[in-house]
Amino acid sequence: MNKHVSILIIGGGPAGLAAGVAAHKAGVHDILIVERDIRLGGILNQCIHNGFGLHTFKEELTGPEYADRYIKQVEELKVPYRLATIVTDLKLSDDGHTKIVTTMDEEGGLTVYEADAVVLAMGCRERARGALNIPGERPAGIYTAGTAQYFVNLEGRMPGREVVILGSGDIGLIMARRMTLEGASVKLVAELQPYSGGLKRNIVQCLDDYGIPLMLSHTVVKIHGEKRLTGVTIAEVDDHLSPIPGTEQYYDCDTLLLSCGLLPENELSGQLGVTLSPVTSGAVVNESLETSIPGVFSCGNVLHVHDLVDYVSEEASAAGNHAAEYIKEISEGVNVPDSDDKAAEGRVIVVTDGGVRYSVPSILRPDHMADLTTIRFRVGAVFKDVDVVTYADDREVMRIHKRVMAPGEMEQTVLRKTDLLKEGTPSTYRITIENKQS
Amino acid sequence: MQSRQIVIIGAGVVGASIARELSKREADVLVLERATDVCEGTSKANSGIVHSGYDAKPGTMKAKFNIEGSRLMPELSKELDFPFKNNGSLILCFDEADRNKLNELLERGNKNGVEGLKILSGDEVRAMEPNVSDSVVAALYAPTGGIVDPFLLNVAMAENAAVNGVEFSFDTEVTKVAKCSEGGYEIKAVRHPSIRNGQEEDADCEIHADIVINAAGVYADKFHNMVSESKIHITPRKGEYCLLDKKVGGYVSATLFQLPTAKGKGVLVTPTVHGNLMVGPTATDVEDHDMTDTSAEGLNSVISTGGLSVKALPSRGNIITSFAGLRAHEDGGDFIIKEVNDAPGFIDAAGIESPGLTAAPAIGKYVAELTDGILGLKMKRDFESVRKGIPCISLADQAKREELIAKNPLYAKVICRCELVTEGEIVDAIHGPIGAVTLDGVKRRVRAGMGRCQAGFCTPKQVNILARELGVDISRITKKGGDSVLLTGFPKEEPGAWVTSPKGGADHE
Repeated sequence: MNKHVSILIIGGGPAGLAAGVAAHKAGVHDILIVERDIRLGGILNQCIHNGFGLHTFKEELTGPEYADRYIKQVEELKVPYRLATIVTDLKLSDDGHTKIVTTMDEEGGLTVYEADAVVLAMGCRERARGALNIPGERPAGIYTAGTAQYFVNLEGRMPGREVVILGSGDIGLIMARRMTLEGASVKLVAELQPYSGGLKRNIVQCLDDYGIPLMLSHTVVKIHGEKRLTGVTIAEVDDHLSPIPGTEQYYDCDTLLLSCGLLPENELSGQLGVTLSPVTSGAVVNESLETSIPGVFSCGNVLHVHDLVDYVSEEASAAGNHAAEYIKEISEGVNVPDSDDKAAEGRVIVVTDGGVRYSVPSILRPDHMADLTTIRFRVGAVFKDVDVVTYADDREVMRIHKRVMAPGEMEQTVLRKTDLLKEGTPSTYRITIENKQS
Repeated sequence: MQSRQIVIIGAGVVGASIARELSKREADVLVLERATDVCEGTSKANSGIVHSGYDAKPGTMKAKFNIEGSRLMPELSKELDFPFKNNGSLILCFDEADRNKLNELLERGNKNGVEGLKILSGDEVRAMEPNVSDSVVAALYAPTGGIVDPFLLNVAMAENAAVNGVEFSFDTEVTKVAKCSEGGYEIKAVRHPSIRNGQEEDADCEIHADIVINAAGVYADKFHNMVSESKIHITPRKGEYCLLDKKVGGYVSATLFQLPTAKGKGVLVTPTVHGNLMVGPTATDVEDHDMTDTSAEGLNSVISTGGLSVKALPSRGNIITSFAGLRAHEDGGDFIIKEVNDAPGFIDAAGIESPGLTAAPAIGKYVAELTDGILGLKMKRDFESVRKGIPCISLADQAKREELIAKNPLYAKVICRCELVTEGEIVDAIHGPIGAVTLDGVKRRVRAGMGRCQAGFCTPKQVNILARELGVDISRITKKGGDSVLLTGFPKEEPGAWVTSPKGGADHE
């Protein structure tokens, strides 16, 4: 006999926790959070540095402390969860309304749930050496920054002593500092792009403060060492990101840490048939953070990779609320999924161009919009002294001056529903970058 | 000095196959392997193809053993429980002017006794494989072509040999083979410290063997030349590959070859038995016998050359790993499988390059028969021919999963989420007849860490399972034996304080 649950949340990291708490507070108590690990909190458990929670709690917390704030709420509200349990299959029932979720765990074996709503909160993974296709040998000593972080912070072991870091993503920067503090020598951080992939504050606090050089427009072109890493060859790259012959430099090291981007883990979403964005690798969602499948919501790093956990929590709370609304609507018989034609009617498509790479959400349904909608986006290059401008069709809605924007820092605007609909429902809402208006 | 009847040098696919065939006989067999596991040389880095046999020149050893091996493979895969799929091969021709070469291959294949060969038009090919390039004008279709898991083929044969009494000595590097005046051979070897032997430092060993079988891959010339005046010479011929995500594994269903060149069968595009897409190999002669590094040029050429076979190779964003292997190319261009003329009792299985993986089962049989001829071995009555592999949760359906989990709840505890590999499978891999002791060993047996995240998440978990099951501290777990340690001590220790002593670790205060 399959078990029924109103909202099943896949993932008990910061997104899943916040979604669970919000859905519960919104009045739906028949929830289940399914977490793969043996504890709640997700990747925050290994992020022992501080700097979390400045926006949410107005104080500086470590990762585990931040997670604990939400875990406590989950415990107090008695939001049900299962640990050490993995979702193996995710599909729709034949009528398309119910989400069939199969889980597997050591104690319970296989369990099949029938969920009315699902919140996708699986997080992301790090891009590995294979995906970067770095030539050379295949020795031990090459880790993603997160794997190294796990070893140092949770196992109390050093993955290496003489370290080169490729990629200036935030985890790599944090690990440059951590490895240094734990007695390793971090020789440099090489970044393929001409700009850093991480937050400015991390460049200052994790590299500059420790005298670790950041070499922009550089990459690893060869890995050396048969058994354990013995060194890497680093070269400068040109405007097309191709290594420039003659610029190769050899560095002795026993460890290469990779911090070259995070990839939303949407394999289950793909199984379900959720439409994914080629830009974010996350689901395409509307203002309610609902995917192309009614009753399936997405939030946190599985939707698009965030820089700050505070925004993950904020986004996930919204997703939890929307999932609860969905449950209430179907129980009142309101939300009979629309036919595609009818659903497309009155939709506003969010278009991004002029250097804006994507937006979340990318679809707005005016009849479902709250008074204020947060729209998050990233830019594709470094911009200085420009305006972010938005248009409802051709009508300018907002113009915000930005001193600097970089790909490593997520941006957001808050759209007032009345501003969008001032002159009727537009077909597009465009976010773009223009020169500063004098 | 210990005295053994038969010593096999090398536990690659050829050595393992010979070991298994000999284990059917009443014989005392010892396998010496330099690496810490089976399948650590050429056997681990190749195309995993069961060639139908159209390529080798009629009358050559390559032709003979290819055909026999390919005929043995389906049955063997059932007996020893390793993945094999008969997916068929297509040899693509891009130019009307090359049609005669296709016809030559057809003739050659027919002469070799390959069944079912036929030439298809470009449109017929595309009807069969819609993603084949529009510039393909014709192709030779070989329905008997197949794909196999090269690791598990090797592991399965070695395990079955071990179960039937063959002894394997890993981490044992043969340094010298010399004829003894009173007959047989004296072998000198160094056994390196490893989890398997619990040694703290190198140990010398000397073994007298009546028969030596040389299955040493790219090093086979070295051992041959120690005992024979008629020298052979092996050139390591490097091949680089890219492995693509399972998302695009269904892009082609048959193995797509291009018309062969002097150096080999060219760059192929093939599904793997596990549903990935693989592209490769290049062919570059190299000096170094151990250097399996990839190069930017090599990997680029794999993608660009392989890409010619299909409409649009889905490589962008889908490459999950790349690797290189060394083919053991002997100057004569053919396999050398015989008792060496001026070294009685020394049997070569040398120059085993492509189609060596396909040929391995047949080579094993033949070498065992050669040994019979010398020693007059008797067949065993209690040979256990069947091996049961480790259950594969990811391929099991729901009912099968439930059945397995009921037997062992660890089959429900997922460690590698990309490939859905459970702790139960990993524990099985560690405790098999030839158990895994390294991350790579686990990976090749049960695919943990072989998926798209390439062990990012499961490395720490696997390290802990290995340490627990082997009864050692996690600091002793390596990627692939020897000095390939994963951890270098504890935080706050002095830089440079770590030593790759396989003993150390647990004594930290």
